[in-house]
Amino acid sequence: MKARNFRYVRPASLQEAYRTLAEAGGEAVPIAGGQSLLAGLNMRLSSPKVLVDISNLVELTGQSYADGMVRLGALTRHRDLLSSAIVRAHLPLLAEAAPHIGHIAIRNRGTIGGSLAYADPAAELPACAVALGATLVLGSAKGERQVKAEDFFKGLFETDLRAGELIVEVKFPEVPTGTSTGFAELSRRHGDFALVGIAALAILRAGEIESARIVYFGCVDRARVAASVSAALSGAAVPLEDASPYAAAIRNDVKPDDTPGLRADTKLHMATVLTRRALNSMVEQRTAWAMSS
Amino acid sequence: MASQAASTGIGARIPRRELKRLLAGHGRYIDDIRLSRMLHAYFVRSPHPHAKLVSIDVQRASRAPGVAGVLTAVEINPRCEPFVGVALHRAGHRSAPQRLFAADSRAEAEDAAELIEIEWQPLPVVADQFQAIAPGAPVIHHGMPDNLAFDFTMEQGEPAKAFAEADVVIEEELRFERQMAMTLEPRGLIADFNPSDGSLTVIHAHQSPFQMQEIFASHLGIPEHKVRVVAPDIGGGFGLKLNVHCDEIATVVASVIFGRPVKFCVDRLESFVSDAQARDHRIKCRIGCKRTGEITAMEIDDIGAVGAYGMPMRFNVAEGMMAVVMTGAPYLFDSYRARTRSVYVNKNLIGMYRGVGMPFACIVGELLTDLAAHELGIDTVEFKRRNYRPKSALPCVTPGGQRLETVSFHECLERLVELMDYDKLRQEQRELRGRGIHRGIGIGTFCEQTAYGPPYYGPSGAAISTQDGCTLRLEPSGSVRCLTSLTDQGQGTLTAVAQIVAETLGTSVDEVSVAGNDSAISTYGGGAWASRGTAIGGEAALRASTVLKENILSLASAITQTPSDELSLANGQVINSKTGLSVISLAEVGRIGYFRQDTLPKDFDVQLSVNASFVANDKPYYMANGVQASYVEVDADTGFIRLLGQWAVDDCGRVVNPLLVDEQVRGGTVQGIGAVLFEECIYSEDANLLNGTMADYLVPMAYEMPDIVVSHVETPETSTRLGAKGIGEAGLIGAMGAVWVAVNDALRPLGARITHQPFTPERVLDALARAKPAEPPVRP
Amino acid sequence: MGDVELIGDEEVEVVATLNGKPLKRRAKARQHLADFLRQELELTGTHLGCEHGICGACTVLIDGRTARGCLTLTAQISGKSVETIEGLSDNGRLAELQQEFIARNAAQCGFCSSGMLLTAYELVQGGEKLSRSEIREHISGNMCRCTGYHAIVDAIEAVLAKGSR
Repeated sequence: MKARNFRYVRPASLQEAYRTLAEAGGEAVPIAGGQSLLAGLNMRLSSPKVLVDISNLVELTGQSYADGMVRLGALTRHRDLLSSAIVRAHLPLLAEAAPHIGHIAIRNRGTIGGSLAYADPAAELPACAVALGATLVLGSAKGERQVKAEDFFKGLFETDLRAGELIVEVKFPEVPTGTSTGFAELSRRHGDFALVGIAALAILRAGEIESARIVYFGCVDRARVAASVSAALSGAAVPLEDASPYAAAIRNDVKPDDTPGLRADTKLHMATVLTRRALNSMVEQRTAWAMSS
Repeated sequence: MASQAASTGIGARIPRRELKRLLAGHGRYIDDIRLSRMLHAYFVRSPHPHAKLVSIDVQRASRAPGVAGVLTAVEINPRCEPFVGVALHRAGHRSAPQRLFAADSRAEAEDAAELIEIEWQPLPVVADQFQAIAPGAPVIHHGMPDNLAFDFTMEQGEPAKAFAEADVVIEEELRFERQMAMTLEPRGLIADFNPSDGSLTVIHAHQSPFQMQEIFASHLGIPEHKVRVVAPDIGGGFGLKLNVHCDEIATVVASVIFGRPVKFCVDRLESFVSDAQARDHRIKCRIGCKRTGEITAMEIDDIGAVGAYGMPMRFNVAEGMMAVVMTGAPYLFDSYRARTRSVYVNKNLIGMYRGVGMPFACIVGELLTDLAAHELGIDTVEFKRRNYRPKSALPCVTPGGQRLETVSFHECLERLVELMDYDKLRQEQRELRGRGIHRGIGIGTFCEQTAYGPPYYGPSGAAISTQDGCTLRLEPSGSVRCLTSLTDQGQGTLTAVAQIVAETLGTSVDEVSVAGNDSAISTYGGGAWASRGTAIGGEAALRASTVLKENILSLASAITQTPSDELSLANGQVINSKTGLSVISLAEVGRIGYFRQDTLPKDFDVQLSVNASFVANDKPYYMANGVQASYVEVDADTGFIRLLGQWAVDDCGRVVNPLLVDEQVRGGTVQGIGAVLFEECIYSEDANLLNGTMADYLVPMAYEMPDIVVSHVETPETSTRLGAKGIGEAGLIGAMGAVWVAVNDALRPLGARITHQPFTPERVLDALARAKPAEPPVRP
Repeated sequence: MGDVELIGDEEVEVVATLNGKPLKRRAKARQHLADFLRQELELTGTHLGCEHGICGACTVLIDGRTARGCLTLTAQISGKSVETIEGLSDNGRLAELQQEFIARNAAQCGFCSSGMLLTAYELVQGGEKLSRSEIREHISGNMCRCTGYHAIVDAIEAVLAKGSR
């Protein structure tokens, strides 16, 4: 399992990286943390001619918070999500999801830019980005543009990234006070990719869901807002006793395939269970806030 | 005096002595070793489970950078006949090797292999047991009438009558998916043929250098005394590295052809498609009981899919045969019928893997007795108390033909019940059930064959030696050097041997060095498999050190003019047995024995180097036993299973090193849990492996595993002086029975039963979906 | 910080610190760090169990944090400090963990141990007192096929209890 040959370039600046990527055309891929890319290269699943190492570009680093917006540089490592006070304070959903991403050695190297660009439908971060209403800042030799996360994930491992483009940073509006977050994931072993997962925001008032924004991962082909489920849950009484308010909506939004060892109908069932558990955990969370205030 | 020996001798808790070196990063595993002018081998393999080779063009590939040559079956197979080193025209299973590339580096070999142009014609595929025996199925081997490789039936007592007369009959069909040993270090070897003198040295990550010495010699036509097989540090064996793999044979042939060392280290992706695999059985089984709780009969009908060919040397019918002979062994009953069939399918060969069919026997016996007990309204532990073979009934022969002499079923069970606080767990289970929490308790009783003797292999004609030997040498300085024919892949057998030698010679284990793993330097022997190392090799060490002790005392007697029957050994000294005072040190005995023989009587025969081997010739195997318990919780909404506790009580006879024994039990237990809950090879309908990566084949990792409490009962083997029986497989066997029963116990009130291993969340959910409402048990 | 030049046939030059000493070597661009350590530098204590980042046998420290050697290009260590089992063993920083592992036989074949020890080292450096469940979570990315993990958790728990670094 030795990778095929390629050339390696380490540009000294972001602009140089853009130029290199533009010149190489489709022959070059960027490498940041490399946690997904290198596994694929070792298994000879892909053969880029050039690897452009962007992992030391200072322009892509950093975490900041200002005016209700959290900005995470694309090179923010998964472990930074765990240690960052900004993330803990303003993006509780990310803090909750981060321990589920792989294992410590993977989190030490893997980056949010890499995870979003790779767009594995079983990954946590694309779903969280969509749930939190994030915006991606994309850059290239032609300049920068911004794309909402909910518009970024186009298909299975497919994103809106154009040739020569890099994710520069991800902007998250902070989760407002009074909005609850919920995260749940089913995986066979801790750190494995999710079989089924849910990342959710909801506003709960007086025993009822006022509004919800639900995103599934693991049982879908890409991260996007589960519009039918989100709508079906609006006005639903909580805690949820059974699946009737949203069961049909789940079938609308989640159209899984059979995969070896896990059928589509099982995934739907698990998604239904997780939806109830995630929403009910938000109720407990809210109760806890109420009791502590 | 006794205290020093006791702290490092038999019974001492000493860690495996190689760990200091290994944990400093100074292991020398096969891929760490390089020889001058060494080539790296890589195999191009069939991508189809069954295919005919149509055409092949290696022109571009053989000219690729770094390539020394490309070998085909035409070059390889004649040199290892009748072995098929590399497939010639037909691949019987996916990954059957077709071409061997030898290059300066593995990367270059892989690059070159991509330049090969090869065309296959896929042939009809037989994917599982039922396809294999269906009328009109494609026959995999021309010249055979069908795919049936082996069919064996046995019957004892009057099973038909016994079932007819039973008040309760429980019947089930159990399914066991294909699994793999998944040693963390994959297979590998370096073959080093020297063309000048025709000698062959193979550094081989293998559990039995002697087996491979014999195979290389006889198949490659090299005189046996010119063949040497040495095992380096090995990263786990578990039976995988006991098998004979054709790509390894082909590598040795490559070394002969090139006249240079050739290394072949399997990488992980390759291991999935080329390793010998395990399990892959379906077992129909039933038990008949009287209302009063006695078992009247048991029956199994087993069918195993053994792969495209028979496994050389290590018969892949063994899993089925073990299920047949061992099912129900702990229990009193007379009538038994059992059948096993082995069939060919277009998949990897089934080979040896820890447990070898005994897990099936344990699961069948424990599941059926647990279901029967519940049906009769009897607590499962109480049912076992009533139906286990008691000590008073020993020795006896089971309906499966197993001779039980020194087993301890009741004693182990009582210890287990106390250890786990069974009654408290049952109460907790009842209370939580009332709150909709589904916990299960499972007991897994087993007995296992260990340490096979010649009566087991001899009649089959397999050149497998079940003896092991020990050479001991007193060094001039008074320390001891030991050569054993045993091998050690982590279990610590070499440490146990050191303890036995140290105890017998009255010295500290730190004064004893042990080398093994080498077919050229030690007595002929067996190696590591079937939980035999300490039992057999340890017995040989005991006998050799007893002889050396006598020789030392005899020499000390001559030197000191003291009668040797007044002398013994302790603390590195020869002492006067009555006074306990030192008469002469071992070092002084060594000095005189090697350098001052002139001071001894002229006819005194100094023999400070001795050799002894041992084979258990009076019986085909020893029989050890134990029992495990598992406490689980099933999430009925998601199908996920949580392991809350695990307890193991084991009787492996005399325990030479309780620390090593505990850890063997724990490691085996987790492998057993992995087998029941996580591990399977998933195939498409046309026999292509779908989950051949470590992300998709699920080996247990730390987070999901429970703490494991271990306790011992010691009923020594009576036919040897040492009295050890064997421990290597016990943890896995007992754990599998315990977890199977525990999960079913948790599902019972929901009317569900799960019988398809591994118990994935989907299979649990499917079982719940099929559930019948729970029926009240039959009241006596 | 080191410079990486594009040199002829897919080679790179790395300038880094390895086990506390300066390192300057050429390497194939495609060679991952674990192979570089094992083949070019003959530091074979870092092992390959899967080469796709799952088993943890190839774990090393990069700038003091664990990383998979098989998922790191050699080129990427330029300007960084790499530590392997050999270095951390030689300088005594693993001594306490090694002692507790050995005392409990928390290793058998030893193939996972380099990665396991380095992962445990990172945990212990954190200085927090952790529950057994948290210890298990921390080592959940290191596969061991021999021990069943119980003794490993015991060993790490013992080192944490001592409270030293």
